[in-house]
Amino acid sequence: MIEVRDLTKTYGSVTAVDAATFTVATGQAAGFLGPNGAGKTTTMRIITGFMPATSGTVRVDGFDVFEDSFEVRKRIGYLPETPPLYLEMKIRPYLHYVAALKSVPRSKVKDAADRVIHQCGLEHVAHRLCGNMSKGYRQRIGLAQALIHDPSVLVLDEPTIGLDPAQIIEIRELIRNLAKERTVILSTHILPEVAQICSKVVIINAGRIALESEVSELTKNRTLEEVYMGHVSGEALPTGGAEAGEGNNNA
Amino acid sequence: MRSLLAIAWRDIRSVFVSPIAYVVLCGFLVLAGWFFFNLIGNFNAMVAQYSSVQGYDTSWLNLNDAVVAPLIQNLSVVLVIVVPMITMRSFAEERSMGTYELLFTSPISVASMVTGKFLAGVFLVTLMIGLTLVFPGILLYYGNPEVGLIATGYFGLYLMALSFVAIGVFTSALTSNQIVATVTALVISLLLFVIAWPAEQSAGWVKETLLHLAITEHVGTMIRGVLDTKDLVYFVSVPVLFLFLAYRTVESARWR
Repeated sequence: MIEVRDLTKTYGSVTAVDAATFTVATGQAAGFLGPNGAGKTTTMRIITGFMPATSGTVRVDGFDVFEDSFEVRKRIGYLPETPPLYLEMKIRPYLHYVAALKSVPRSKVKDAADRVIHQCGLEHVAHRLCGNMSKGYRQRIGLAQALIHDPSVLVLDEPTIGLDPAQIIEIRELIRNLAKERTVILSTHILPEVAQICSKVVIINAGRIALESEVSELTKNRTLEEVYMGHVSGEALPTGGAEAGEGNNNA
Repeated sequence: MRSLLAIAWRDIRSVFVSPIAYVVLCGFLVLAGWFFFNLIGNFNAMVAQYSSVQGYDTSWLNLNDAVVAPLIQNLSVVLVIVVPMITMRSFAEERSMGTYELLFTSPISVASMVTGKFLAGVFLVTLMIGLTLVFPGILLYYGNPEVGLIATGYFGLYLMALSFVAIGVFTSALTSNQIVATVTALVISLLLFVIAWPAEQSAGWVKETLLHLAITEHVGTMIRGVLDTKDLVYFVSVPVLFLFLAYRTVESARWR
């Protein structure tokens, strides 16, 4: 369960997210759509507790991301825009390391690693270096680390980017299965993907929530493309790199 | 505690699977060996020269003053330069690689992250300084230096290295650019080295303060074999201060 209420995030004078409100229920997969720089990544980073909101609240499984940050972090699996890999590490040790960070009990680390390696189709490469893997594999390792502690909430920032068509089908199937008893929010630019995986759509445009609706209702007499274009066209993109996040304060 | 050690262990491993650890350790040992070789050579020459003079008292010539003390001083200069290079990656690399997001969305406290990073650096400098103990070992085997003096001197050197590690972890937390982190750490560490230079010309509280701030003064007393609480307090407060600053920096980075 993810409940976002009046969420606002400003970077200096740039408002990246403006009073966003939406909910994603347990057992639901929500597709988070919007043009580049609309505030998708920022919203997801706030949901995961990576950065605090300027105002508004986010609750994950009933816990406030700011007040009960650790409870939220234990329950969330997060695949960032760039998979957070240590390039000099081999895949299995990397997953063991992430398991330790996520406080997976020591006795269950190996099983957890085996499980996600299987789920993400990494069996044949588990002994190889993260740095030697292709974009698609890096994406899968990123997904594996997000799943290692069997989280009840999944936040996935463009999970299928860089995958080949066969992998995309596998990963979509995996996410669909995971969503049965979990809460999933995923951002994407591929509209058919939303129709295939998600039961809900949230469209964000220039920091504001333009639409929050069930997929089945939307597509009764229109295509998803038409719905999307109807909600994002005509609006100017926000100036400044809302999605760039911390990019600017790096020396 | 477990995640703290996991972070430290991962950092240590990553240094040893890349050439960094080997280059740093070898380089440090090559320089240390060169210092030792020359100091011993000079010592031999001095002994030969003075003892050729009839009736000259050579009892003031000893291995501690002529070899161990300058060796430790030379090593401390090398540490000023090398330690920032081994600590530069600690937070800066996590930031530039995007693994920062993994750390900050995991249930780990900032204190564990900072301590874990610090411990990883401590492990490396322990290894570096530990390996140079072979030189006092050679002296002990062939000569008769005073062990206590060597011990306090090395202890001082080690404490100084810990301070540099803390400074390096702090500057690494400031930026995602490792060169910026290195240079900043180098400047702070070197400043602590040379801050007492104007002490000779000053007087009163200015002089006192400068001498208290200078890391060389505190190592100096320990090289002379004096274990003073004043110095120990200094060597506890410097790492604590910089680790605290690192903690604040890491914590506040998310608010910007």
